[in-house]
Amino acid sequence: MTQIVKMKGMNKYFGSLHVLKEIDLTVEQGEVVVIIGASGSGKSTLIRCVNGLEEFESGQLEVDSQPLAPKSGNPKSLAEIRKEVGMVFQQFNLFPHLTVKKNIMLAPQKVKNAPEVIANATAERLLNRVGIGNQADKYPSQLSGGQQQRVAIARALAMDPRLMLFDEPTSALDPEMIGEVLDVMRELAKEGMTMMVVTHEMGFAREVADRVIYIHEGQIVEEGKPADVFDNPQNERTQAFLSRVLAH
Amino acid sequence: MEFQFQFDWQAAIDSIPFIIKGIPYTLLISFGGLVIGFALGIIFGLLSINKKWFFKWPATAYIEIFRGTPILVQVLFIFYGLPDLIGAPVDPLTAGIAAIALNSGAYISEVVRGGVQSIDKGQTEAGLSLGLSRTQTFWSITWPQAFRRMIPPLGNQAIVSIKDTSLFSVIGVGELVRQGQIYIANTFTAFEVYFVVAILYLAITLSLSLILRLVERRGLASV
Repeated sequence: MTQIVKMKGMNKYFGSLHVLKEIDLTVEQGEVVVIIGASGSGKSTLIRCVNGLEEFESGQLEVDSQPLAPKSGNPKSLAEIRKEVGMVFQQFNLFPHLTVKKNIMLAPQKVKNAPEVIANATAERLLNRVGIGNQADKYPSQLSGGQQQRVAIARALAMDPRLMLFDEPTSALDPEMIGEVLDVMRELAKEGMTMMVVTHEMGFAREVADRVIYIHEGQIVEEGKPADVFDNPQNERTQAFLSRVLAH
Repeated sequence: MEFQFQFDWQAAIDSIPFIIKGIPYTLLISFGGLVIGFALGIIFGLLSINKKWFFKWPATAYIEIFRGTPILVQVLFIFYGLPDLIGAPVDPLTAGIAAIALNSGAYISEVVRGGVQSIDKGQTEAGLSLGLSRTQTFWSITWPQAFRRMIPPLGNQAIVSIKDTSLFSVIGVGELVRQGQIYIANTFTAFEVYFVVAILYLAITLSLSLILRLVERRGLASV
């Protein structure tokens, strides 16, 4: 099995705040790892380190066999890693000045120098795949939140990534739109995409994750198969967290 | 004896052909200056938000100096002061264009800075996460969105700069006010002539407002 992400003894500070503490984590190819934890626990920061949107202070990180040194910000290795790693954000972050289709075509054209016809065909195929093929020429603001997030997923997939990062992809959505986004993610997982997902959707985690990781105050305190973590948590922090989020 | 003032329409109309000769100068100085000012504004506006001090400090110094001193002093300095330094005269037209360029450039720098900083950080993160370089991310994602937000304040600055050219009558550029002054020296019809001058400024600025409103409507329709 190939390890796509390798973290060893990773530490990250925001000023004097120690947000990630001695993180050891590996993600195998094809694996779906769901990261749960309270807000402010460091779970978003953790996946943002994977594509270098956050720098870390010490430890080791390797993404797709590319080492990313602490505090390096080495633009070359960062660019290489980002080509292989797609990211979906809580706030979608679609480009409001471009049509849905152009949103998806931008990176393949700029980064991979894909010819327009190819980029166009890719965009159409991906839009159909996420179920909004008929919205290609609209602007993001004309779409619902759920549709926008599906466009964002298609935009990341257009670069043919080896790993997809999801940073609370459904947290900004109205409840009735959460399902359509989770469906797309479920499909992706089924097709074998390697995924790291930060989410509060416990049902999704239980169903789709190969492994669940619980982070508390910057530390991984529990890690295991969803059934084990959800039904038989070992750490009392995990027990307390789960009883809070699963109570209702 | 009672003084009775009567607006002399004939005098006003008669003055138009002479005063109107100032329009090309007014337009040349304003738009020539604004085009250069826009280039300066992009350069210094972007430098002023750079994190490196050797970019940021000189840019900030330029902005503060030209925003913090009157444009009249700036043009007098360029026209009367600069020749001492460079040992050659500066012609009034060049001095006028340079003053508008440097002055509007400082204000436009702030417009550029504000526009760029108003774009959500998530836009940059999305671009970077897709593998675009910082430069690509800026020019294909941040800048087009920032520019749309910059259109109203840029229009504002254009109108201010057009009116500022009236000050350049003091260095003898044959723009609208200067033409009016020359005409009054012969006819003593100050009220009528300055009325005509004011109307001509208004015609220029109102046309510009109209054009800007159309541009804005078109530009914002897609966001």
